[in-house]
Amino acid sequence: MVNGVKQFELEQASFSEFAKAAYKNFNMDYPKFFKMDNLSKLAFLASEIILGSKVKEGEENNIALVFANQSSSLDTDVKYQGSIADKENYFPSPAVFVYTLPNICIGEISIRHKLQSENAFFVFEDFNAEFMTNYADLLLATNKAEKVLCGWVEYYQENYKAILYMVEKQGDLEHNKEIVNTLYNK
Amino acid sequence: MEAKSRLAEVVVKNVYITKTNCVTPLGFDVASNWQALLKGQSGIQRFEKLGMLESFYASVVDSDKIDTAFASISDKNHFTKLEKMLILALMPLIGQYNITNKTAFVFSTTKGNIGLLEDENNAVEGAHLAVLAKKISSFFGFSTEPIVVSNACVSGVLAIAVAKRMIQTGVYDNAFVVAGDAVSEFVLSGFNSFQAMSEAPCKPYDEERNGVTLGEAAAAVYLTSRETEVRPGAVKVIGDGAINDANHISGPSRTGEGLFRSIESAFAEAGVAKEKLDYISAHGTATLYNDEMEAVAFNRLGINTVSVNSLKAFYGHTLGASGLLETVIAIESARNNQLIASKGFAKMGVSQPISIITKNEEKEINFFLKTASGFGGCNTAVLFEKVV
Repeated sequence: MVNGVKQFELEQASFSEFAKAAYKNFNMDYPKFFKMDNLSKLAFLASEIILGSKVKEGEENNIALVFANQSSSLDTDVKYQGSIADKENYFPSPAVFVYTLPNICIGEISIRHKLQSENAFFVFEDFNAEFMTNYADLLLATNKAEKVLCGWVEYYQENYKAILYMVEKQGDLEHNKEIVNTLYNK
Repeated sequence: MEAKSRLAEVVVKNVYITKTNCVTPLGFDVASNWQALLKGQSGIQRFEKLGMLESFYASVVDSDKIDTAFASISDKNHFTKLEKMLILALMPLIGQYNITNKTAFVFSTTKGNIGLLEDENNAVEGAHLAVLAKKISSFFGFSTEPIVVSNACVSGVLAIAVAKRMIQTGVYDNAFVVAGDAVSEFVLSGFNSFQAMSEAPCKPYDEERNGVTLGEAAAAVYLTSRETEVRPGAVKVIGDGAINDANHISGPSRTGEGLFRSIESAFAEAGVAKEKLDYISAHGTATLYNDEMEAVAFNRLGINTVSVNSLKAFYGHTLGASGLLETVIAIESARNNQLIASKGFAKMGVSQPISIITKNEEKEINFFLKTASGFGGCNTAVLFEKVV
Protein backbone atom coordinates (compact mmCIF):
# COMPACT_ATOMS: atom_id res chain seq x y z
CA MET A 1 0.00 0.00 0.00
CA VAL A 2 1.20 3.52 -0.70
CA ASN A 3 -0.53 6.31 1.25
CA GLY A 4 -3.30 3.89 2.10
CA VAL A 5 -3.91 2.76 -1.49
CA LYS A 6 -3.26 -0.85 -2.38
CA GLN A 7 -0.66 -1.14 -5.15
CA PHE A 8 0.03 -4.82 -5.41
CA GLU A 9 -1.25 -8.06 -3.96
CA LEU A 10 -0.31 -11.70 -4.23
CA GLU A 11 -2.10 -14.18 -2.04
CA GLN A 12 -0.94 -17.55 -0.80
CA ALA A 13 2.56 -17.07 -2.11
CA SER A 14 5.88 -17.65 -0.36
CA PHE A 15 7.94 -14.54 0.34
CA SER A 16 10.31 -15.39 -2.45
CA GLU A 17 7.43 -15.64 -4.95
CA PHE A 18 5.90 -12.45 -3.60
CA ALA A 19 9.22 -10.58 -3.77
CA LYS A 20 9.89 -11.66 -7.34
CA ALA A 21 6.36 -10.75 -8.45
CA ALA A 22 6.51 -7.34 -6.76
CA TYR A 23 9.90 -6.63 -8.35
CA LYS A 24 8.41 -7.36 -11.78
CA ASN A 25 5.15 -5.56 -11.10
CA PHE A 26 6.92 -2.29 -10.31
CA ASN A 27 9.28 -2.73 -13.28
CA MET A 28 12.38 -2.67 -11.11
CA ASP A 29 15.69 -3.18 -12.83
CA TYR A 30 18.40 -3.88 -10.28
CA PRO A 31 20.09 -7.29 -10.67
CA LYS A 32 21.77 -7.01 -7.22
CA PHE A 33 18.29 -7.55 -5.80
CA PHE A 34 18.52 -11.27 -6.49
CA LYS A 35 21.66 -11.64 -4.36
CA MET A 36 20.05 -10.10 -1.28
CA ASP A 37 18.72 -12.01 1.71
CA ASN A 38 15.03 -11.84 2.53
CA LEU A 39 15.27 -8.96 5.00
CA SER A 40 17.15 -6.84 2.46
CA LYS A 41 14.73 -7.78 -0.32
CA LEU A 42 11.82 -6.72 1.84
CA ALA A 43 13.43 -3.41 2.83
CA PHE A 44 14.55 -2.80 -0.74
CA LEU A 45 11.12 -3.37 -2.30
CA ALA A 46 9.38 -1.10 0.19
CA SER A 47 11.96 1.67 -0.06
CA GLU A 48 12.11 1.53 -3.84
CA ILE A 49 8.46 2.47 -4.11
CA ILE A 50 8.88 5.53 -1.86
CA LEU A 51 12.35 6.67 -2.92
CA GLY A 52 11.66 6.38 -6.63
CA SER A 53 9.84 9.71 -6.54
CA LYS A 54 11.97 11.37 -3.84
CA VAL A 55 15.53 10.80 -4.97
CA LYS A 56 16.84 13.20 -7.59
CA GLU A 57 19.45 11.52 -9.78
CA GLY A 58 22.80 13.24 -9.89
CA GLU A 59 22.02 15.50 -6.92
CA GLU A 60 22.87 15.35 -3.23
CA ASN A 61 19.99 13.67 -1.46
CA ASN A 62 20.39 14.07 2.27
CA ILE A 63 17.80 11.45 3.20
CA ALA A 64 18.63 9.66 6.46
CA LEU A 65 17.65 6.01 6.87
CA VAL A 66 16.38 5.02 10.32
CA PHE A 67 15.22 1.42 10.42
CA ALA A 68 14.25 -1.05 13.12
CA ASN A 69 12.77 -4.48 13.63
CA GLN A 70 12.24 -7.23 16.18
CA SER A 71 14.24 -10.15 14.80
CA SER A 72 17.41 -8.37 13.68
CA SER A 73 18.97 -10.64 11.01
CA LEU A 74 17.92 -13.83 12.80
CA ASP A 75 16.37 -15.38 9.69
CA THR A 76 19.74 -15.34 7.93
CA ASP A 77 21.58 -16.11 11.19
CA VAL A 78 19.70 -19.41 11.44
CA LYS A 79 20.50 -20.15 7.81
CA TYR A 80 24.18 -19.39 8.35
CA GLN A 81 24.30 -21.47 11.55
CA GLY A 82 22.93 -24.37 9.50
CA SER A 83 25.94 -24.11 7.21
CA ILE A 84 28.39 -24.65 10.09
CA ALA A 85 26.40 -27.05 12.29
CA ASP A 86 27.64 -30.23 10.62
CA LYS A 87 31.40 -30.76 10.51
CA GLU A 88 30.99 -33.30 7.69
CA ASN A 89 29.05 -30.80 5.64
CA TYR A 90 30.63 -27.46 6.50
CA PHE A 91 30.06 -24.69 4.00
CA PRO A 92 30.16 -21.19 5.56
CA SER A 93 29.68 -18.65 2.80
CA PRO A 94 30.76 -15.01 2.93
CA ALA A 95 27.78 -14.15 0.72
CA VAL A 96 25.46 -15.42 3.49
CA PHE A 97 27.57 -14.26 6.46
CA VAL A 98 27.54 -10.62 5.35
CA TYR A 99 23.75 -10.60 5.72
CA THR A 100 23.94 -11.69 9.37
CA LEU A 101 23.82 -8.00 10.30
CA PRO A 102 20.49 -6.16 10.17
CA ASN A 103 21.95 -2.86 8.94
CA ILE A 104 23.04 -4.46 5.66
CA CYS A 105 19.55 -3.74 4.31
CA ILE A 106 20.19 -0.03 4.92
CA GLY A 107 23.50 -0.36 3.11
CA GLU A 108 21.72 -1.90 0.12
CA ILE A 109 19.26 1.00 -0.07
CA SER A 110 22.08 3.55 0.39
CA ILE A 111 24.01 1.99 -2.50
CA ARG A 112 20.93 1.82 -4.72
CA HIS A 113 20.24 5.56 -4.39
CA LYS A 114 23.75 6.80 -3.56
CA LEU A 115 22.52 8.04 -0.17
CA GLN A 116 25.64 9.17 1.68
CA SER A 117 23.60 10.16 4.68
CA GLU A 118 22.89 9.40 8.35
CA ASN A 119 21.85 5.80 8.98
CA ALA A 120 21.09 3.63 11.97
CA PHE A 121 19.46 0.28 12.68
CA PHE A 122 17.66 -0.45 15.95
CA VAL A 123 16.02 -3.50 17.50
CA PHE A 124 12.91 -3.36 19.68
CA GLU A 125 10.49 -5.98 21.01
CA ASP A 126 7.68 -4.13 19.23
CA PHE A 127 7.39 -1.19 16.89
CA ASN A 128 8.49 1.82 18.93
CA ALA A 129 6.71 4.84 17.43
CA GLU A 130 7.88 7.17 20.16
CA PHE A 131 11.56 6.42 19.66
CA MET A 132 11.37 6.56 15.88
CA THR A 133 9.52 9.88 15.98
CA ASN A 134 11.96 11.50 18.37
CA TYR A 135 15.06 10.25 16.60
CA ALA A 136 13.82 11.42 13.19
CA ASP A 137 12.78 14.82 14.60
CA LEU A 138 16.21 15.26 16.11
CA LEU A 139 18.02 14.50 12.84
CA LEU A 140 15.90 17.16 11.13
CA ALA A 141 16.15 19.73 13.93
CA THR A 142 19.95 19.46 14.04
CA ASN A 143 20.16 19.60 10.21
CA LYS A 144 21.90 16.23 10.14
CA ALA A 145 19.32 15.26 7.52
CA GLU A 146 16.91 17.06 5.19
CA LYS A 147 14.50 14.15 5.13
CA VAL A 148 14.28 10.93 7.10
CA LEU A 149 13.03 7.63 5.72
CA CYS A 150 11.84 5.66 8.74
CA GLY A 151 11.12 1.97 8.51
CA TRP A 152 10.01 -1.09 10.41
CA VAL A 153 11.29 -4.05 8.41
CA GLU A 154 10.61 -7.33 10.14
CA TYR A 155 11.37 -10.71 8.56
CA TYR A 156 11.57 -14.10 10.24
CA GLN A 157 10.78 -17.35 8.44
CA GLU A 158 7.99 -16.24 6.13
CA ASN A 159 6.51 -13.83 8.66
CA TYR A 160 7.16 -10.35 7.45
CA LYS A 161 6.00 -6.78 7.57
CA ALA A 162 7.48 -3.56 6.21
CA ILE A 163 6.16 -0.08 7.05
CA LEU A 164 8.10 2.85 5.64
CA TYR A 165 7.35 6.54 5.85
CA MET A 166 9.16 9.71 4.92
CA VAL A 167 9.51 12.59 7.37
CA GLU A 168 10.23 16.06 6.01
CA LYS A 169 10.16 19.62 7.30
CA GLN A 170 7.02 20.30 5.22
CA GLY A 171 4.23 17.83 4.54
CA ASP A 172 0.52 17.07 4.60
CA LEU A 173 0.43 14.93 7.69
CA GLU A 174 1.80 15.88 11.10
CA HIS A 175 4.65 13.69 12.32
CA ASN A 176 3.79 12.40 15.77
CA LYS A 177 3.74 9.03 17.47
CA GLU A 178 -0.06 8.64 17.30
CA ILE A 179 -0.16 9.04 13.53
CA VAL A 180 2.91 6.83 13.10
CA ASN A 181 1.23 4.15 15.21
CA THR A 182 -1.88 4.38 13.05
CA LEU A 183 0.27 3.73 9.99
CA TYR A 184 1.85 0.72 11.63
CA ASN A 185 -1.48 -0.78 12.65
CA LYS A 186 -3.21 -0.31 9.29
CA MET B 1 4.96 13.66 7.08
CA GLU B 2 5.78 17.02 8.58
CA ALA B 3 8.07 17.34 11.54
CA LYS B 4 7.16 20.15 13.90
CA SER B 5 9.90 22.46 15.06
CA ARG B 6 9.40 21.55 18.72
CA LEU B 7 13.02 20.40 18.90
CA ALA B 8 14.52 23.74 17.93
CA GLU B 9 16.18 24.11 21.32
CA VAL B 10 18.04 20.80 21.25
CA VAL B 11 21.36 22.18 20.14
CA VAL B 12 22.01 24.00 23.39
CA LYS B 13 21.75 20.98 25.69
CA ASN B 14 25.16 19.73 26.84
CA VAL B 15 25.68 16.01 27.32
CA TYR B 16 28.60 14.51 29.26
CA ILE B 17 30.11 11.13 29.98
CA THR B 18 30.94 11.11 33.67
CA LYS B 19 31.62 7.45 34.46
CA THR B 20 32.96 4.47 32.53
CA ASN B 21 33.76 0.80 32.97
CA CYS B 22 34.92 -2.20 30.96
CA VAL B 23 35.29 -5.97 31.24
CA THR B 24 38.05 -7.43 29.05
CA PRO B 25 40.76 -10.11 29.20
CA LEU B 26 43.04 -7.37 30.59
CA GLY B 27 40.85 -6.69 33.61
CA PHE B 28 37.35 -6.17 34.91
CA ASP B 29 37.66 -2.45 35.61
CA VAL B 30 39.16 0.58 33.89
CA ALA B 31 42.13 0.90 36.25
CA SER B 32 43.42 -2.63 35.59
CA ASN B 33 42.91 -2.22 31.84
CA TRP B 34 44.77 1.06 31.87
CA GLN B 35 47.75 -0.40 33.75
CA ALA B 36 47.91 -3.34 31.33
CA LEU B 37 47.80 -1.02 28.31
CA LEU B 38 50.64 1.10 29.72
CA LYS B 39 52.72 -2.08 29.95
CA GLY B 40 51.81 -3.03 26.39
CA GLN B 41 49.99 -6.22 27.42
CA SER B 42 47.53 -7.80 25.02
CA GLY B 43 44.51 -10.02 25.63
CA ILE B 44 45.15 -11.91 22.40
CA GLN B 45 46.11 -15.57 22.70
CA ARG B 46 46.45 -18.57 20.44
CA PHE B 47 43.69 -21.18 20.56
CA GLU B 48 43.57 -24.68 19.09
CA LYS B 49 40.77 -26.23 17.11
CA LEU B 50 37.35 -24.67 16.94
CA GLY B 51 34.91 -25.84 14.32
CA MET B 52 36.99 -26.25 11.21
CA LEU B 53 39.73 -23.90 12.38
CA GLU B 54 42.93 -25.74 13.31
CA SER B 55 44.16 -22.79 15.33
CA PHE B 56 43.41 -19.12 15.63
CA TYR B 57 44.20 -16.03 17.65
CA ALA B 58 41.52 -14.27 19.68
CA SER B 59 41.13 -12.08 22.75
CA VAL B 60 38.87 -14.12 25.03
CA VAL B 61 37.75 -13.42 28.59
CA ASP B 62 38.40 -16.28 31.04
CA SER B 63 35.00 -17.86 31.86
CA ASP B 64 36.03 -18.98 35.35
CA LYS B 65 37.10 -15.46 36.26
CA ILE B 66 33.77 -14.13 35.00
CA ASP B 67 31.88 -16.69 37.10
CA THR B 68 33.90 -15.82 40.19
CA ALA B 69 33.40 -12.08 39.72
CA PHE B 70 29.71 -12.56 39.02
CA ALA B 71 29.19 -14.75 42.09
CA SER B 72 30.34 -11.83 44.24
CA ILE B 73 27.50 -9.61 43.00
CA SER B 74 24.63 -12.04 42.41
CA ASP B 75 23.64 -15.55 43.46
CA LYS B 76 21.53 -16.03 40.32
CA ASN B 77 23.03 -18.31 37.73
CA HIS B 78 20.74 -18.34 34.72
CA PHE B 79 22.91 -15.97 32.74
CA THR B 80 25.13 -16.57 29.71
CA LYS B 81 28.77 -15.51 29.82
CA LEU B 82 27.98 -12.44 27.72
CA GLU B 83 25.12 -11.47 30.04
CA LYS B 84 27.41 -11.76 33.05
CA MET B 85 29.99 -9.58 31.32
CA LEU B 86 27.37 -6.94 30.52
CA ILE B 87 26.08 -6.92 34.11
CA LEU B 88 29.61 -6.74 35.53
CA ALA B 89 30.38 -3.82 33.21
CA LEU B 90 27.29 -1.85 34.25
CA MET B 91 27.26 -2.66 37.96
CA PRO B 92 29.70 -0.01 39.26
CA LEU B 93 27.90 2.74 37.30
CA ILE B 94 24.44 1.89 38.51
CA GLY B 95 25.28 2.30 42.17
CA GLN B 96 26.33 5.90 41.66
CA TYR B 97 23.33 7.30 39.82
CA ASN B 98 19.57 6.99 40.19
CA ILE B 99 17.51 5.29 37.54
CA THR B 100 14.30 7.23 36.85
CA ASN B 101 11.56 7.07 34.22
CA LYS B 102 13.67 9.57 32.25
CA THR B 103 16.75 7.32 32.21
CA ALA B 104 17.53 5.62 28.90
CA PHE B 105 19.03 2.16 28.61
CA VAL B 106 20.99 1.83 25.35
CA PHE B 107 22.50 -1.52 24.41
CA SER B 108 24.98 -2.06 21.60
CA THR B 109 25.68 -5.48 20.12
CA THR B 110 26.03 -7.16 16.76
CA LYS B 111 25.38 -10.80 17.57
CA GLY B 112 24.27 -10.88 21.23
CA ASN B 113 23.68 -14.46 22.40
CA ILE B 114 24.22 -15.94 18.93
CA GLY B 115 26.11 -18.86 20.49
CA LEU B 116 22.75 -20.19 21.76
CA LEU B 117 21.94 -21.28 18.20
CA GLU B 118 24.72 -23.87 18.41
CA ASP B 119 22.52 -26.04 20.64
CA GLU B 120 19.37 -27.05 18.81
CA ASN B 121 17.58 -27.53 22.13
CA ASN B 122 17.65 -23.79 22.77
CA ALA B 123 14.67 -21.78 21.59
CA VAL B 124 15.65 -19.42 18.77
CA GLU B 125 13.90 -16.61 20.69
CA GLY B 126 16.79 -16.73 23.18
CA ALA B 127 18.98 -15.19 20.50
CA HIS B 128 16.70 -12.15 20.11
CA LEU B 129 18.65 -8.99 20.85
CA ALA B 130 15.65 -7.30 22.47
CA VAL B 131 15.22 -10.28 24.82
CA LEU B 132 18.86 -9.99 25.87
CA ALA B 133 18.48 -6.24 26.35
CA LYS B 134 15.39 -6.75 28.52
CA LYS B 135 17.18 -9.32 30.64
CA ILE B 136 19.96 -6.87 31.46
CA SER B 137 17.69 -3.86 31.90
CA SER B 138 15.34 -5.84 34.20
CA PHE B 139 18.28 -6.96 36.32
CA PHE B 140 18.96 -3.31 37.16
CA GLY B 141 15.32 -2.18 37.25
CA PHE B 142 15.17 0.15 34.26
CA SER B 143 11.60 1.19 33.49
CA THR B 144 12.11 2.57 29.98
CA GLU B 145 12.12 0.40 26.87
CA PRO B 146 15.67 -0.70 25.97
CA ILE B 147 17.10 0.91 22.83
CA VAL B 148 19.17 -1.72 20.99
CA VAL B 149 21.68 -0.39 18.47
CA SER B 150 22.76 -3.10 16.03
CA ASN B 151 24.66 -1.40 13.26
CA ALA B 152 27.61 -3.72 12.61
CA CYS B 153 31.04 -2.61 13.81
CA VAL B 154 30.06 1.02 14.43
CA SER B 155 27.37 0.04 16.99
CA GLY B 156 29.40 0.91 20.09
CA VAL B 157 30.28 4.43 18.96
CA LEU B 158 26.88 4.97 17.43
CA ALA B 159 25.27 4.01 20.77
CA ILE B 160 26.98 7.04 22.36
CA ALA B 161 25.67 9.30 19.59
CA VAL B 162 22.18 7.80 19.93
CA ALA B 163 22.15 8.27 23.72
CA LYS B 164 23.36 11.86 23.40
CA ARG B 165 20.82 12.63 20.67
CA MET B 166 17.94 11.14 22.67
CA ILE B 167 18.96 13.14 25.76
CA GLN B 168 18.96 16.24 23.54
CA THR B 169 15.35 15.58 22.52
CA GLY B 170 14.45 16.08 26.18
CA VAL B 171 12.82 12.64 26.44
CA TYR B 172 15.62 11.49 28.75
CA ASP B 173 17.79 13.25 31.34
CA ASN B 174 20.51 10.64 31.35
CA ALA B 175 21.46 7.28 29.85
CA PHE B 176 23.35 4.13 30.63
CA VAL B 177 25.03 2.73 27.54
CA VAL B 178 26.32 -0.83 27.62
CA ALA B 179 27.94 -2.78 24.80
CA GLY B 180 29.06 -6.36 24.41
CA ASP B 181 29.83 -9.15 21.99
CA ALA B 182 31.32 -12.61 22.49
CA VAL B 183 33.69 -14.71 20.40
CA SER B 184 31.70 -17.57 18.87
CA GLU B 185 32.17 -20.16 16.15
CA PHE B 186 29.54 -18.17 14.26
CA VAL B 187 31.67 -15.04 13.91
CA LEU B 188 35.02 -16.85 13.71
CA SER B 189 33.89 -19.02 10.80
CA GLY B 190 32.24 -16.04 9.13
CA PHE B 191 35.30 -13.79 9.19
CA ASN B 192 37.37 -16.79 8.19
CA SER B 193 35.10 -17.42 5.18
CA PHE B 194 35.83 -13.84 4.13
CA GLN B 195 39.54 -14.66 4.43
CA ALA B 196 39.63 -11.64 6.72
CA MET B 197 41.28 -13.37 9.71
CA SER B 198 44.91 -12.70 10.49
CA GLU B 199 47.15 -15.75 10.98
CA ALA B 200 49.06 -13.86 13.68
CA PRO B 201 47.83 -11.26 16.21
CA CYS B 202 46.55 -8.35 14.12
CA LYS B 203 48.85 -5.48 13.10
CA PRO B 204 46.81 -2.32 12.47
CA TYR B 205 48.30 0.03 9.82
CA ASP B 206 51.42 -2.12 9.51
CA GLU B 207 52.79 -3.09 6.14
CA GLU B 208 52.48 -6.78 7.03
CA ARG B 209 48.91 -6.61 8.30
CA ASN B 210 46.62 -9.21 6.81
CA GLY B 211 43.36 -9.19 8.66
CA VAL B 212 41.47 -9.01 11.93
CA THR B 213 41.84 -10.82 15.22
CA LEU B 214 38.48 -11.21 16.93
CA GLY B 215 37.85 -10.48 20.58
CA GLU B 216 35.18 -10.26 23.25
CA ALA B 217 34.48 -7.58 25.82
CA ALA B 218 31.82 -5.52 27.51
CA ALA B 219 31.92 -1.79 28.22
CA ALA B 220 29.61 0.74 29.81
CA VAL B 221 29.34 4.51 30.11
CA TYR B 222 26.99 6.90 31.86
CA LEU B 223 25.79 9.99 29.98
CA THR B 224 24.06 12.90 31.62
CA SER B 225 22.70 16.35 30.91
CA ARG B 226 22.73 17.27 34.61
CA GLU B 227 25.51 19.81 35.03
CA THR B 228 25.60 19.10 38.80
CA GLU B 229 26.93 15.60 38.06
CA VAL B 230 29.85 16.91 35.99
CA ARG B 231 33.34 17.01 37.52
CA PRO B 232 36.79 17.60 36.02
CA GLY B 233 37.76 14.45 34.11
CA ALA B 234 34.32 14.06 32.58
CA VAL B 235 34.07 14.50 28.82
CA LYS B 236 31.50 16.43 26.85
CA VAL B 237 30.07 14.82 23.71
CA ILE B 238 30.34 17.78 21.35
CA GLY B 239 29.58 16.36 17.92
CA ASP B 240 28.75 13.23 16.01
CA GLY B 241 27.96 11.83 12.58
CA ALA B 242 27.02 8.37 11.29
CA ILE B 243 27.09 8.46 7.52
CA ASN B 244 26.99 5.64 4.98
CA ASP B 245 29.51 5.15 2.14
CA ALA B 246 26.79 3.98 -0.27
CA ASN B 247 29.52 2.01 -1.98
CA HIS B 248 29.66 -1.70 -1.07
CA ILE B 249 28.08 -3.91 1.61
CA SER B 250 31.28 -5.74 2.59
CA GLY B 251 34.06 -3.28 1.75
CA PRO B 252 34.78 0.35 2.62
CA SER B 253 34.76 3.18 0.10
CA ARG B 254 38.21 3.74 -1.44
CA THR B 255 37.83 7.47 -0.87
CA GLY B 256 36.60 7.07 2.71
CA GLU B 257 33.60 9.19 1.81
CA GLY B 258 31.29 8.05 4.62
CA LEU B 259 33.98 8.40 7.29
CA PHE B 260 35.02 11.77 5.83
CA ARG B 261 31.45 13.03 6.03
CA SER B 262 30.87 11.57 9.50
CA ILE B 263 33.90 13.41 10.88
CA GLU B 264 32.95 16.62 9.03
CA SER B 265 29.48 16.38 10.56
CA ALA B 266 30.90 15.94 14.07
CA PHE B 267 33.19 18.99 13.72
CA ALA B 268 30.44 21.12 12.18
CA GLU B 269 28.12 20.38 15.09
CA ALA B 270 30.84 21.10 17.65
CA GLY B 271 31.92 24.33 15.95
CA VAL B 272 35.51 23.38 16.72
CA ALA B 273 38.45 23.85 14.31
CA LYS B 274 40.17 20.64 13.27
CA GLU B 275 43.50 22.14 14.41
CA LYS B 276 42.26 21.74 17.99
CA LEU B 277 42.20 17.96 17.72
CA ASP B 278 44.76 16.26 20.00
CA TYR B 279 44.13 12.56 19.48
CA ILE B 280 42.20 10.09 17.29
CA SER B 281 41.19 6.66 18.54
CA ALA B 282 40.63 5.06 15.14
CA HIS B 283 39.02 1.80 14.05
CA GLY B 284 42.19 0.12 12.68
CA THR B 285 40.94 -3.42 12.16
CA ALA B 286 44.15 -4.39 10.32
CA THR B 287 42.39 -5.44 7.14
CA LEU B 288 44.12 -4.05 4.07
CA TYR B 289 41.12 -2.02 2.94
CA ASN B 290 39.87 -0.61 6.23
CA ASP B 291 43.18 0.84 7.40
CA GLU B 292 43.94 2.27 3.96
CA MET B 293 40.49 3.85 3.77
CA GLU B 294 40.95 5.54 7.17
CA ALA B 295 44.32 6.96 6.11
CA VAL B 296 42.71 8.39 2.97
CA ALA B 297 39.84 9.95 4.93
CA PHE B 298 42.16 11.48 7.58
CA ASN B 299 44.32 12.98 4.82
CA ARG B 300 41.35 14.43 2.98
CA LEU B 301 40.29 16.07 6.25
CA GLY B 302 43.77 17.40 7.03
CA ILE B 303 43.87 15.58 10.37
CA ASN B 304 46.61 13.17 9.29
CA THR B 305 49.19 14.85 11.55
CA VAL B 306 47.10 14.18 14.66
CA SER B 307 48.34 11.33 16.91
CA VAL B 308 46.33 8.21 16.13
CA ASN B 309 46.17 4.64 17.38
CA SER B 310 44.14 1.46 17.08
CA LEU B 311 43.51 -0.69 20.16
CA LYS B 312 42.71 -3.82 18.14
CA ALA B 313 46.08 -5.49 18.85
CA PHE B 314 45.29 -5.23 22.59
CA TYR B 315 41.67 -6.37 22.54
CA GLY B 316 41.03 -7.84 19.10
CA HIS B 317 38.01 -6.65 17.19
CA THR B 318 35.23 -6.87 19.76
CA LEU B 319 32.53 -6.00 17.18
CA GLY B 320 29.57 -4.22 18.83
CA ALA B 321 31.63 -3.61 21.98
CA SER B 322 34.68 -2.16 20.22
CA GLY B 323 33.50 1.42 19.72
CA LEU B 324 32.40 1.81 23.32
CA LEU B 325 35.40 -0.02 24.82
CA GLU B 326 37.82 2.08 22.76
CA THR B 327 35.98 5.26 23.81
CA VAL B 328 36.36 4.24 27.47
CA ILE B 329 40.12 3.87 26.92
CA ALA B 330 40.33 7.12 24.92
CA ILE B 331 38.67 8.94 27.82
CA GLU B 332 41.31 7.43 30.10
CA SER B 333 44.03 8.70 27.76
CA ALA B 334 42.53 12.18 27.98
CA ARG B 335 42.20 12.07 31.76
CA ASN B 336 45.82 10.99 32.13
CA ASN B 337 47.14 13.10 29.23
CA GLN B 338 48.81 9.94 28.03
CA LEU B 339 48.95 8.48 24.53
CA ILE B 340 49.14 4.69 24.21
CA ALA B 341 51.35 3.16 21.50
CA SER B 342 49.44 1.52 18.66
CA LYS B 343 50.37 -2.11 19.31
CA GLY B 344 51.29 -4.31 16.37
CA PHE B 345 52.56 -1.44 14.27
CA ALA B 346 56.18 -1.47 13.06
CA LYS B 347 56.35 -0.11 9.52
CA MET B 348 53.92 2.18 7.73
CA GLY B 349 51.57 0.08 5.64
CA VAL B 350 49.09 2.63 4.33
CA SER B 351 49.70 4.76 1.25
CA GLN B 352 48.88 8.12 2.84
CA PRO B 353 50.88 9.51 5.78
CA ILE B 354 49.24 9.29 9.22
CA SER B 355 50.76 9.86 12.66
CA ILE B 356 50.69 6.46 14.34
CA ILE B 357 51.66 6.57 18.01
CA THR B 358 54.77 4.37 18.23
CA LYS B 359 55.56 4.74 21.93
CA ASN B 360 53.65 5.70 25.04
CA GLU B 361 54.00 9.41 25.60
CA GLU B 362 52.58 12.20 27.69
CA LYS B 363 50.55 14.75 25.81
CA GLU B 364 47.87 17.21 26.83
CA ILE B 365 44.61 15.92 25.39
CA ASN B 366 41.60 18.24 25.36
CA PHE B 367 39.82 17.33 22.13
CA PHE B 368 39.70 13.78 20.82
CA LEU B 369 37.85 11.82 18.18
CA LYS B 370 36.58 8.24 18.12
CA THR B 371 35.79 6.67 14.78
CA ALA B 372 34.56 3.32 13.45
CA SER B 373 33.52 1.83 10.14
CA GLY B 374 31.80 -1.43 9.28
CA PHE B 375 29.91 -3.79 7.02
CA GLY B 376 26.97 -2.26 5.25
CA GLY B 377 29.11 0.81 4.46
CA CYS B 378 28.46 2.35 7.87
CA ASN B 379 30.75 4.83 9.62
CA THR B 380 30.50 6.80 12.85
CA ALA B 381 32.57 9.58 14.38
CA VAL B 382 32.08 11.15 17.81
CA LEU B 383 34.03 14.18 18.99
CA PHE B 384 34.74 14.75 22.69
CA GLU B 385 36.02 17.64 24.82
CA LYS B 386 37.56 17.04 28.21
CA VAL B 387 36.07 18.98 31.13
CA VAL B 388 38.89 20.72 33.00
